[in-house]
Amino acid sequence: MALTTPASTGGRAARSITDGLTKRGSDLRGKLIEGVLVTALAATLLILFVLIVDLVQRSWPVWTDRGGDFLSSGLNSASAASAGVWSGIKGTITLGLIVCVIAFPLGIACAVYLEEYAGRTRFARLTRINVRNLAGVPSIVYGLLGLGIFVNTLGIGRNVLAAGLALSALVLPIVVITASEALRAVPVAIREGALGVGATQWETVRSHVLPAAAPGILTGTVLSLARAAGEAAPILLVGAATGLLRTGDQGFLDQLGGAFTAMPVVIFSYARQTGEQFREITAAASLVLLVLVLAMNTFAIWLRNRYDRKW
Amino acid sequence: MAVTTAPVHPASAILRLNSRRRQADTTARVVFLAAALTTFIVTLLIIGTLAFDAWDFVSKLADAPDGLGALTELGWFPRRGLFDIGTLLVGTLVVTLIAMCVAVPLGVGTAVYLSEYARPRLRRVIKPIIEILAGIPSVVLGYFAIAFINPNLVVKIFSGADRAFTLLAAGLAVGILTVPIVASVTEDALRAVPLALREASYGLGAKRSQTTFRVVFPAGVSGIIAALILGISRAIGETMVVAIAAGAVGGALFHVTPLEPGQTMTAAMAALGFGSDQVAGNNLAFQSLYFIGALLFVMTLGLNVIGDRLVHRLREVY
Repeated sequence: MALTTPASTGGRAARSITDGLTKRGSDLRGKLIEGVLVTALAATLLILFVLIVDLVQRSWPVWTDRGGDFLSSGLNSASAASAGVWSGIKGTITLGLIVCVIAFPLGIACAVYLEEYAGRTRFARLTRINVRNLAGVPSIVYGLLGLGIFVNTLGIGRNVLAAGLALSALVLPIVVITASEALRAVPVAIREGALGVGATQWETVRSHVLPAAAPGILTGTVLSLARAAGEAAPILLVGAATGLLRTGDQGFLDQLGGAFTAMPVVIFSYARQTGEQFREITAAASLVLLVLVLAMNTFAIWLRNRYDRKW
Repeated sequence: MAVTTAPVHPASAILRLNSRRRQADTTARVVFLAAALTTFIVTLLIIGTLAFDAWDFVSKLADAPDGLGALTELGWFPRRGLFDIGTLLVGTLVVTLIAMCVAVPLGVGTAVYLSEYARPRLRRVIKPIIEILAGIPSVVLGYFAIAFINPNLVVKIFSGADRAFTLLAAGLAVGILTVPIVASVTEDALRAVPLALREASYGLGAKRSQTTFRVVFPAGVSGIIAALILGISRAIGETMVVAIAAGAVGGALFHVTPLEPGQTMTAAMAALGFGSDQVAGNNLAFQSLYFIGALLFVMTLGLNVIGDRLVHRLREVY
């Protein structure tokens, strides 16, 4: 950092103080800079606003003409009149369940090991670096993991389970990072109290640390679930259907046989079709996914603010 | 006063670890350790499958009639055996540059305003909204790029543009996706700068803009650079926006014009992977997927490691 000589800084400062006190020369440059910053913020908010208004406006005909029929129809990239989102919703729910069952316990357990057992050991440091790097791996690479390992090497097949595993790997680092933060926020005194009356480490974790950290951990898991619900690239590579998937073809168990899709993939399929009708349908499907994801995010943010406890 | 005495357990009975409790404690420790180890398994599987299949692709390509020259042939047309990586790299570079032109001013501007100017109440309202922006799925922004950005902005502003799909629209949408990450890393960096520096600056009579840009900014600069790097990494890896909005599904010629359709690394992978290119299956074109994937993995990993270092340096200084 360049050091200016005290004399010059002092002179400038003195001038600016006198200016400020005597109100001579209003701070035009300061106002200008603040204006630019406000513009940046306003532009960001405006984009969000325009996006949502555009989605609602363009999808309006779909809701007025078809309404519930659109929600209950299957995937159909050939005919706009019978295209719907139900296959996508069903697939997204199934994928969400798989993520809940696999990624959440693993991620939380990993965070517990890092924060409660490993502490500052070299192994813990290495794990943290590894998790941080995993969090930055592009989502499509998790699709390659799904395709190369889960589908081909393990022979699970191009079905909803392989897609769910790929998504679980994708959100695992996010779960670990958020759960670690929640655990770190629990004061040491609570642990010392439990250990001091003779609890084992496991009893301390189970009955004291985890309950205290539960709201924070829950926030993280809901956020990662929202992330998983919005990801298309990994499941697309694993083999989600993009053409035609009637609702009858896809019972919850049939998805294990290979015929599955998910909301983001449904949107992708419709977005690739040309014509104004499909634009409207894409907007409607996007709105459905956006409502789903934003509801989860809002719930998570509310949860965090509601239980944001200062110890 | 009558004193009721509770039945007293001998302390030793409470404190003694019976074997069941000890067993549970050991089991828990092993289970947690195993969970921590799975994160390494995920990493190893990713690196393993990428390295194995990418090497397989390269060695098979070397045996093909064109040999490794196909990697530098002009154009990316995997079905015809033309695997010009340069075409994809340039497409990715163009999209990333456009994205940064959006994300850096908006992200850094927003972060500076929130951290240095905004009143706490406004901050409490705005921050969740930015987080909502971060939660928007990329397919939705892909739709936004072709349905709104391209017809209403790109085509209207640039007289020569008449394409339904352009790299510019894709880049702008990727930029919107990148704003939240740039904003949040920058804001963290600025807030990591100790209050004492600001107070000292105000105490010397500096104005808010002077304090922000001559004191806080230089102090937090490594964090801001980290924000840019992490933003670039995110933009490079973004798939669905480009797959929807960049247009060149089958392949692309080498070009750098943002007003034309184009192909990026991620979009090429998506096209290969879900078979719009009719190559799904086990052949050379399909395996190029892993080759690009490996390249993408190395690039983003490098950027992330540098970004992480910078964030940590900032934390260590203060």
